[in-house]
Amino acid sequence: MGLEDQAAVKRVADEHGSGVVVLLGTPDAESTQTLAQTVVTGDPSYAGPLAGVPLGLPVLHVFEAEVKDQVPVEVYEAQVALMEMSLDRDAILAGLGMARRLDGVAEGG
Amino acid sequence: MELRGKKVIALGERDGIPGPAVAECARRAGAEVVLTLTACYV
Repeated sequence: MGLEDQAAVKRVADEHGSGVVVLLGTPDAESTQTLAQTVVTGDPSYAGPLAGVPLGLPVLHVFEAEVKDQVPVEVYEAQVALMEMSLDRDAILAGLGMARRLDGVAEGG
Repeated sequence: MELRGKKVIALGERDGIPGPAVAECARRAGAEVVLTLTACYV
């Protein structure tokens, strides 16, 4: 995640406290894992404002069934469905699952 | 996790789902979007 984006996430998380949830739209397992790690345990590259800052935010991906089920079908179809068909959904969710196991990334519910 | 009533940071990516599309899903699920970003890795 870019340095400016990290600063923005930190500012919003500080402002709104622990009730904030992160919803990802990442295209592969690696970016999913890296972003999840960044907003939970801190910037893994130790370069940005989130270095050493464990925000511990719950992380979901828009491809997860529990997210998809909450979005009106026509909205999901318009915003997400095309990319869901062209990307490797299983690999992306496996990346998120890996981050949850390694970093204690909070699951939903 | 129920998104309704939650504050959501929508972290999209240019090569995946862009931030505004992620944010729209969150909003329509009943969440309040507090930040929308679209990362771009080159």
